[in-house]
Amino acid sequence: MSLTDVQLQSVGARATPGFVALFKIEMLLALRKRADIANPLLFFVTVLALLPLGVGPEPELLAKMAPGMIWVMALLATMLSQESLFRGDFEDGTLEQLALLPQPLYFAVLAKSLVHWVATGLPLALLSPLLALMLNLPSEGYLCLFVSLFLGTASLSLIGAIGAALTVALRRPGLLLALIVMPLYVPVLIFGTGAVQAAIDGYAYSAQLAILAALLAAAAALAPLAAAGAIRISLDN
Amino acid sequence: MAWQWFHRLGSPRWFYQKTSGWLPWLALASVVLLVTGSVWGLGFAPEDAKQGNSYRIIFIHVPAAFLALAGYYIMAISGAIGLIWKMKLSFAVMRAAAPIGAVLTFISLFTGAVWGKPTWGTYWVWDARITSMLILLFLYIGVMALSQAVSREQVADKASALLALVGTVNIPIIYKSVDWWFTLHQPATIRLTESSSIDPSMFYPLLVMIIGFYCTYAWTLLMHTRALILRREMKTQWVQQELAGEK
Repeated sequence: MSLTDVQLQSVGARATPGFVALFKIEMLLALRKRADIANPLLFFVTVLALLPLGVGPEPELLAKMAPGMIWVMALLATMLSQESLFRGDFEDGTLEQLALLPQPLYFAVLAKSLVHWVATGLPLALLSPLLALMLNLPSEGYLCLFVSLFLGTASLSLIGAIGAALTVALRRPGLLLALIVMPLYVPVLIFGTGAVQAAIDGYAYSAQLAILAALLAAAAALAPLAAAGAIRISLDN
Repeated sequence: MAWQWFHRLGSPRWFYQKTSGWLPWLALASVVLLVTGSVWGLGFAPEDAKQGNSYRIIFIHVPAAFLALAGYYIMAISGAIGLIWKMKLSFAVMRAAAPIGAVLTFISLFTGAVWGKPTWGTYWVWDARITSMLILLFLYIGVMALSQAVSREQVADKASALLALVGTVNIPIIYKSVDWWFTLHQPATIRLTESSSIDPSMFYPLLVMIIGFYCTYAWTLLMHTRALILRREMKTQWVQQELAGEK
């Protein structure tokens, strides 16, 4: 065993309990505040209910719009719920304590993003077949819609954490957060809707899903790093 | 010693005084190149076989699009230098580059729309290249908005530098969009590695315009950076002497 292996193991040993402990705490907190979990879902459903009222109830039209609309709604629901990702911890000083921990801030951000995804992205993905049914999406698209949302919303949670971290010290970050985060969401949206469209048209869609998975891998590796840097910058403010 | 210039760059004062001599030359080069390029391109270059005279907007559209993308790299790289080496000057360059890049992106989108009407029959399509250029505009605006929103200047510098860096992820996608998605926008015609698919009689004036745009970009960036330096170093003695001397 070389020296670097030992060092890596010690880093891992320091990081893992911290990560797991934080994940458990955050999960518990999320479960205690059930309204915060319900709100994005209700938002998701309410806005989708407005769609047929806005464009008309023709089944063909709704079927055509369904993949894109469901994806855009998932984007908005993720982003809106992310505004408060670090806010509470910033206001009561917990974020500062997390930054002072001997383990890298990376793991704290990863744990919080993961909890955010479990609390919003995962329920959205689970709910999506029902909404797809209501919007008359062809049944070939259901599985693909679910898998693409499952993979894609996790990337969205991770990418959005950067924006939340950059704007945490601002008093009213809402619109600025949208401006910062939306352009970064674009690749996920392109491949997510592309996969569902391919599935509906009867083509193979594994390539798009593979790209979504690759985006998720890259986001998991890099986004918490950027978000941790952003938190340190915001704490200076 | 070889690195002395790099350390000196950290000093806004050195930069300000050093660059004041460059401005007239850059201005001269910009004006000469842009005038030559436009007269050559608009007046003497041959008419396009398919597009007639409408193609001539290429002499503004392509250089603006070039610089809009290159400008993002300039902004992100100077932001990164600022984050890594904590250079005040480099943040000033980054802040100065954002609005210039946004304007160039807007120009390339606007000229593209004007060009699109006679050739494609529409001002706007949701084509990969056009959409990704619009995203580029949003990236620039996001960096500008964040730097305005944070009240403390040093924090704003670091935060917007980080955002600029994160945004670079999208830039290769914009570059490659015409090759990856074969949509309405034509693939790249000017290539460095192979021979270009554009006729020399049109290519040379275009090249002059591109170099002219680069000079103008450098000139504008320098002017804007210098203005930012003056404002940021307002309270220092050298700025007060500088301003008093110029009167």
